Amino acid sequence: MIRLHRFHGGIHPPTHKAESTRTPIMSAPLPAQLTIPFRQHAGEAAKPVVQVGERVLKGQLIGEPVGAISSSIHAPTSGTITAIDLQQIAHPSALPDLCATLVPDGLDEWGVRQTLSYRQLSSDELQKHLRRSGIVGLGGAVFPSDMKLRHPIVVDTLVINGAECEPYITCDDMLMRERAEAIVRGIEILRHALGTDAVLIGIEDNKPQAISAMQRAVDDSSHPFKVIAVPTVYPGGSAKHLIKVLTGVEVPSGKLPTDVGVQCYNVATAYAVHRAVEHGETLVSRVVTVTGNVEQPRNYEALIGTPFSDLVALSIPKADTNRYIMGGPMMGVELPAVNVPLVKASNCVIAASDALFPPPPAAMPCIRCTRCAQVCPVELQPQDLYWFAQSHNFGKAQEYDLFDCIECGACAYVCPSSIPLVQYYRYAKSEIRARDHEKRAADLARERHEFRQFRIEREKQEKAERLAQKERAAAAAKAAAEAAAAIPTPLEPNADAEDTQQMRIDAALARAKEQAATAHPRNTEALTPEQRAEIEAIEVRRAHIHSLAADAGADDEPPKNSQGN
Amino acid sequence: MITALWIMVALAALLGMILGYASIRFRVEGNPLAEKIDAVLPQTQCGQCGYPGCKPYADAIAKGEADINLCPPGGEEGIHKLAELLGVEFKPFGENAQPKPKAVAFIDEQTCIGCTLCIQACPVDAIAGAAKQMHTIIASECTGCELCVPPCPVDCISMLPIEEQLTNWKWRYPVYALRQTS
Repeated sequence: MIRLHRFHGGIHPPTHKAESTRTPIMSAPLPAQLTIPFRQHAGEAAKPVVQVGERVLKGQLIGEPVGAISSSIHAPTSGTITAIDLQQIAHPSALPDLCATLVPDGLDEWGVRQTLSYRQLSSDELQKHLRRSGIVGLGGAVFPSDMKLRHPIVVDTLVINGAECEPYITCDDMLMRERAEAIVRGIEILRHALGTDAVLIGIEDNKPQAISAMQRAVDDSSHPFKVIAVPTVYPGGSAKHLIKVLTGVEVPSGKLPTDVGVQCYNVATAYAVHRAVEHGETLVSRVVTVTGNVEQPRNYEALIGTPFSDLVALSIPKADTNRYIMGGPMMGVELPAVNVPLVKASNCVIAASDALFPPPPAAMPCIRCTRCAQVCPVELQPQDLYWFAQSHNFGKAQEYDLFDCIECGACAYVCPSSIPLVQYYRYAKSEIRARDHEKRAADLARERHEFRQFRIEREKQEKAERLAQKERAAAAAKAAAEAAAAIPTPLEPNADAEDTQQMRIDAALARAKEQAATAHPRNTEALTPEQRAEIEAIEVRRAHIHSLAADAGADDEPPKNSQGN
Repeated sequence: MITALWIMVALAALLGMILGYASIRFRVEGNPLAEKIDAVLPQTQCGQCGYPGCKPYADAIAKGEADINLCPPGGEEGIHKLAELLGVEFKPFGENAQPKPKAVAFIDEQTCIGCTLCIQACPVDAIAGAAKQMHTIIASECTGCELCVPPCPVDCISMLPIEEQLTNWKWRYPVYALRQTS
């Protein structure tokens, strides 16, 4: 039996998970229209590779990765691309982003599915396959999964995250209950690619059915994976905290789990890896929980790009629903509109009403009770961070490790003054990021400006040098000419400058005369007899015209250019 | 008495030599204060301060010749930073120096005649082009200084304000709605 560890703080909010786990995962019907954003993963947005009006097949690549940290985007079903433009997406800013609009043809026809035998695959080939298949971390961070295999660092433990600590969300729970065998196969592929032996599957102990299903699947597969029930504490599903609980190793600030020899994948990611490798299915759908203020809370397997409004309509929202939250109640973001599309990061959508989530009471001043510090899972001092953030003292906030904050919301949950602490931290973080960006831009501008001035100076110098060289060359040529002139007239070496000049002029004139004498017009030489005949005919005509002109009027002056005939 | 005097003289000579050596050996090139000021300035190189670039303005501030409120691209925050660095009072912008929203230049390529005047004006070499060839702005390098706008003989350069996008969106400072009480 493995000894479990604890992390600092954490909270126990009501889980509300039972509502949406009563019915099995349902396949959502094909929507009338899909909107597929090209930015669904951490890193650079994908670049569209299809044209408007093109017919695409299910699983076909429509956006290719750009740069190292990026992933592929695929058509979730067969149909026609009707637009590639800016559409509203599930983002707290309500700003639009580049999306492809796909009108399904109802056939749901798969394109080429490339299955692989993972045992023959090197880690490198698997990485490429995952990147092509658009596999990203489905726990919520949507970090490209291939990047997690790229580390040359030795990983000795693979942690599989089935904790799902946030209230209301049950998509991983239901996936583990219903598709444990496929998840275990996916885990085996990842284990093979990482070359590790130890595999720990952490599941919170409020999901007994998922734990037993996974245990059964592991036993059937005869892989030596360990399924471990971890205590239910929010935020125990954060990768770093699950690693701490399972292995006792704390991932240091600013480091990655691989730096301590651990790699972590979500169960849904393992399932997606299995589908991609053994069935050749690119990531075109995911399981999503629809819960909260609805009549039939449940999980749906829905295509990426399905409007949330379609999913919510299937669960029948109650009349007093006034807003929707993507993600959980702790870390989720309010949707700008309910018709925005489902993306790879969407694990849950909660219909909210004022009765279900009463608006927070007005914030009161901080009384420095440090309850937030007691529950902070990363052992920060939230009350100090709040103080620095609200007074725009960003340097100090950074000194107090603001960027280690995982925005779990535990501090705001316990705050007796109901201060929206996480909002302050998000504000401070994005201000600091923007400032860093500006600083980098300013440094670049300074460098470019200084180089430009250096270049202008250099060009000036080069020009001056060229001029000086020219002058030197001219002086040298003059000296040489004088020397040359001096040699053939040794009789008068003391001739003064004017005489020398006169002599040079005379010499030049003589040369010109000689040239004129020897030069002949060249176009009248070596004429053929026909040309000669033609010239003679022209001369005859000319003489005739001149005689006519002379007859026409005695007053008329003869043409100026006449060549006397 | 004499010994004590001699000791003092010898000490003074020795310390003087050490100080003299240190002033030569550890001499600081340039003005470190000017460099610190330059690091605070936004490096748009726009010349709105009346100096031909950020560095000359920083030098002028360091010498005490220029005021700290002459840099509109730095914004009020820039003035606060300068005030803090120099230990002086904050000073608001004057009437004729108000900060504008950030922008990048844009060349209307249909109108551009390829005269290279803007390329010569750009302080950060952010315009690509050659004589009688179409020019274009390298937007990621453009500081928005507007120095390329006046030299253009066909007025084909406009300044486009940088719009908020997903890539530069920021979380807002939390605000609470005030509730009406009787």
